[in-house]
Amino acid sequence: MTSRTLAVVTAGLRQPSSTRLLADRLSAATVDELSSRGFTVSSTVVELRDYAHDITNHLLTGFSSPPLRSVVDGVVAADGLIMVTPIFTASISGLFKSFADMLDDGTLAGKPVLIAATGGTARHSLALDHAMRPLMSYMRAVTIPTGVYAAPEDWSASAPESSSAALSARIRRAAAELAEEVARRETKPPADPFELTTTFEDLLRGE
Amino acid sequence: MQFGIFTVGDVTPDPTNGRVPSEAERIQAMVTLALKAEEVGLDVFATGEHHNPPFVPSSPTTMLGYIAARTERLLLSTATTLITTNDPVKIAEDYAMLQHLAAGRVDLMMGRGNTGPVYPWFGQDIRNGIALAVENYALLHRLWREDVVDWKGRLRTPLESFTSTPRPLDGIPPFVWHGSIRSPEIAEQAAYYGDGYFANHIFWPKEHTQRMVGLYRQRFEHYGHGSADQAIVGLGGQVFMREKSQAAVDEFRPYFDNAPVYGHGPSLEEFTSQTPLTVGSPQQVIDRTLSFRDYVGDYQRQLFLVDHAGLPLKVVLEQMDMLGEQVVPVLRREFAALKPAHVPEAPTHESLKRAATVGS
Repeated sequence: MTSRTLAVVTAGLRQPSSTRLLADRLSAATVDELSSRGFTVSSTVVELRDYAHDITNHLLTGFSSPPLRSVVDGVVAADGLIMVTPIFTASISGLFKSFADMLDDGTLAGKPVLIAATGGTARHSLALDHAMRPLMSYMRAVTIPTGVYAAPEDWSASAPESSSAALSARIRRAAAELAEEVARRETKPPADPFELTTTFEDLLRGE
Repeated sequence: MQFGIFTVGDVTPDPTNGRVPSEAERIQAMVTLALKAEEVGLDVFATGEHHNPPFVPSSPTTMLGYIAARTERLLLSTATTLITTNDPVKIAEDYAMLQHLAAGRVDLMMGRGNTGPVYPWFGQDIRNGIALAVENYALLHRLWREDVVDWKGRLRTPLESFTSTPRPLDGIPPFVWHGSIRSPEIAEQAAYYGDGYFANHIFWPKEHTQRMVGLYRQRFEHYGHGSADQAIVGLGGQVFMREKSQAAVDEFRPYFDNAPVYGHGPSLEEFTSQTPLTVGSPQQVIDRTLSFRDYVGDYQRQLFLVDHAGLPLKVVLEQMDMLGEQVVPVLRREFAALKPAHVPEAPTHESLKRAATVGS
């Protein structure tokens, strides 16, 4: 049986975190979709909160602590990514953006990514499309069309059934889209930043 | 093996009392450190080159020429010479002149410089950093080896029938190291020419150094300059010592916590475990430094950074006494005992001259 890896990055800050909750549902749905296509899937969740100091230190020094290094290596090596952030002050969270800032150029290029967010009000849902999607485009990730945004009414026990059902439907659709992209790509090793990509003769010729 | 110090030449307030040395004091302090290096038996003094505050050493050959006149044995070098924003013609002239004045006690280390605003001040663009390093050095390499040069490149005005004067002392160009933290192109450049490769080895984890040195060694062999373990490798390092380890940690901590580059980031403990920084007793410095060989192989030059982050001159001179009396003699003996006979020492003017005489 063929295997695939998923990395789930979540930038929620509280315990329990609705961002983590959404990440878990997206992850489970994607694993189901891939399993039904005959893949064995290993999925890893990264809580950025656990690495908040290390991420700041990376911004200051330019290198990662060994624990953060292995997190980044895992994200960069995964066949598919699920990125989930809370929306703070009209945009993705600073912690999530700082994590994105420390990824080397091109390390997400061609990688299927599902973007998702949680927020205190449904009015911020477009932050996914005006902040998260352009960020992933810049990193040349392959962002799947469905972004999943969850507002308080989607979770609440008193929510109208249509609202939580709609969230479940969006999760399923997004998971199916991500699984499709992950399934049709071969697993490939991540780029090595130390690899020499040119010959010295080419460099001398200015190429 | 060669041991020495390298200095960035930063003017940084002493965080323990807020005192800021004047430029005059800092420049004199750098000279004092160079003289001290010779006095305590170190081999190399290397100065940085910077063109923006808070750094003073904008004019390395002026400083090194002065130091040359006041020393007998010390090898004068740079860390680094900006091959991107300096005109390679002027580098050829300045360092050939220095070579004559210092009777051959000169080598230099090429670096790109990572301060974006500096490039446009010298008519360049940081996005051309690698291209400038490659083209400018290719020209410099010829200027020291060919009496008359016709040259046309992309990034500098062409040369027609140009002779760089003075010609290198005894017809032997200064030995060149190429410094880079994580650009494989520069390791490749050093390997291509059979020059030395120097890893900064201060601000970054050892894995970076290991990869870059490994690449340089492999390509050195590829280009036919010798076997991989004969390539010429230099490393930086950063130390602070007191007889009692805890005293070193206590005294250095405020300087570490407020240092330019890494201050206000990782703790001293995190940084010492993640980078080659060693704060402790002379014996700890000896043990740590010997361990560098485990991941880069036998190497030829070890430079220590001892004078940054606002440390007072008196404290730095004490560090140099400890290096000279307690650390370097042991390292010399230990490294020499480990080094196989076929691994060369770093080239010097005298060794290159002997090789040229044998070869001709």
